[in-house]
Amino acid sequence: MAVTAFLTDSTLCIGCKACEVACKEWNGVSEDGLDWSGFSYDNTGAVGHSTWRHVKFVENAPEPGFGGNAAELNSWSFSSDVCKHCENAGCLEACPTGAIVRTEFGGVFVQPDICNGCGYCVVACPFGVVERNPDDGRAFKCTFCYDRQKVGLKPACAKACPTESIKFGEIETLRADARARVEELQQRGMDDANLYDPTETSVGGTHAMFIVRGDARAYNLPPKPEVPTIYLKKAWTASAIGAAVLLGGTLAAFLAERPRSRR
Amino acid sequence: MTASRLQLPVVDKEQRLIEIRREAEDRGRIDSRGIRPAGAPFPRASVETGYYGIPLLKRPSWTWEIPLYFFVGGAAGASAVIGAIASYTGADRRLVRHARWIAAAGSVLSPALLISDLGRPSRFLNMLRVFKAQSPMSVGVWTLLGFSGGSVAAAFAGSMRERYGESLPIRILENAGEAASLLFGLPFSNYTGVLIGATAIPAWNENAGELPIHFGMSGLAASVGLLELMGHRRSRALQMLGLGAAVFECWEGWRLESRKSSAPEPLQHGSSGGIIRAGGILSGPLPLALRSASMLSGGNSTALRKWAAISAIAGSLLTRIGWIHAGHVSAQDWREPLRIRE
Repeated sequence: MAVTAFLTDSTLCIGCKACEVACKEWNGVSEDGLDWSGFSYDNTGAVGHSTWRHVKFVENAPEPGFGGNAAELNSWSFSSDVCKHCENAGCLEACPTGAIVRTEFGGVFVQPDICNGCGYCVVACPFGVVERNPDDGRAFKCTFCYDRQKVGLKPACAKACPTESIKFGEIETLRADARARVEELQQRGMDDANLYDPTETSVGGTHAMFIVRGDARAYNLPPKPEVPTIYLKKAWTASAIGAAVLLGGTLAAFLAERPRSRR
Repeated sequence: MTASRLQLPVVDKEQRLIEIRREAEDRGRIDSRGIRPAGAPFPRASVETGYYGIPLLKRPSWTWEIPLYFFVGGAAGASAVIGAIASYTGADRRLVRHARWIAAAGSVLSPALLISDLGRPSRFLNMLRVFKAQSPMSVGVWTLLGFSGGSVAAAFAGSMRERYGESLPIRILENAGEAASLLFGLPFSNYTGVLIGATAIPAWNENAGELPIHFGMSGLAASVGLLELMGHRRSRALQMLGLGAAVFECWEGWRLESRKSSAPEPLQHGSSGGIIRAGGILSGPLPLALRSASMLSGGNSTALRKWAAISAIAGSLLTRIGWIHAGHVSAQDWREPLRIRE
């Protein structure tokens, strides 16, 4: 079974939100508001329990010559965000019920029939993806279209994308494609094109890579995402010290009292 | 109606459209039409503002049950330890009995709070499908299970023995329950610090190495306070434990207050900072002063100890509320996870 990934190329995205619609229709995700957020043409602001694909609209300085836009108008970058399906997934490690599992395709999947809505995955995700649905009670996020991949189909968003901004395929092939694409873009004069693929941090790489222009932080992509399990050693050491102090202190206090009470 | 009668706004120049846009961006208001888009003026997506300053992280979905559970669990865990040690060292039996009752009450209240916070309370038992050492929530649930069983057994067997006299099964149940409540009570008193320390929330994970000790000491102070309110205001051992906890809480408060941070720190500023500070004063300096005064005034001022107890209990509760609230504030800070410094 091939280990798969998404490669989302913002230089090809036209901001049509077909991926959002396709995702909602295929997965039966509820509507989450058609009001504009006020931030360009964005209406949900971020991925969440009812937004598994989310198109970001980043307005940049005018760029005459490239998109052909006038000097007075902003140029636009669009990028379709999604669950990163981390190699070391904070949500998966934190889940106390075992509802969150790793699939044979490398994705991270929340089994809806197991999740009891404890909400611990929500605070364990360094990308702010998984969220508890207040009406349903359980946590939801992108399934990496596990059902479709099972039968050899592309995820719904990648299938619906009209410009192939969302690419889907075997992870190492995609990684090579991504590097070639960034090189090509840079040769064409887009010096600021770069690949967001946090392999150097404790999340150990993701199954969703992004080609963006400029600083990835303008797309809410964290420069150094960390899986929260890295804090466990420090925290449990402190817990052991705390327990030892409690035990020792209580013993000392009551032993010190004993001779006096015998007198 | 003819076309000429329509009141169409007239824009002579392209320049005017650009002016309208600039005006809307800068002031969030366009005077000629009185339009005010909600939330304006809008930030730009940039390296300085991130994605329009929209928070990257999600806020905790936990509700009021969780800080209360942290408080109850901490006090119950420490009470079980006090009860068991007091029993082993042959201290006053009434103290042992009361400590066990606090632990048992906490053992019943804790799961109730935890379950009612779940999105699907009927699926609580799914927590017991697996044991995951890498998930503090899983470790905590199993610890709670052992602690609850032990504490309730010890309290139940103890009261049976007092009512119906000694018998072998009762003694076995009492001793086993007491040992289990001690064994599980030790981690149960402070694991909640690990629970929030090992998360993606900056205000919590930056303090992962201190939170468990802080919460453990806060639980000890609350437990001592509850026992003192139940009448054990002449116990020297409790006075010593209360003093120790208050001294630690003074140090913890000083550590939090003296931290230098460039970003607006939710542990120092705003409503969460205020709650944590109030909790710190009620947990540290105030009970320390009251307990010191009671010792200096002949060591037997039970009124001063009563107020120290009340202060420590309130401080312990406020500390948990403040820390959870700080996590919510911290999750809303878009700068920290993007490593943006002002």
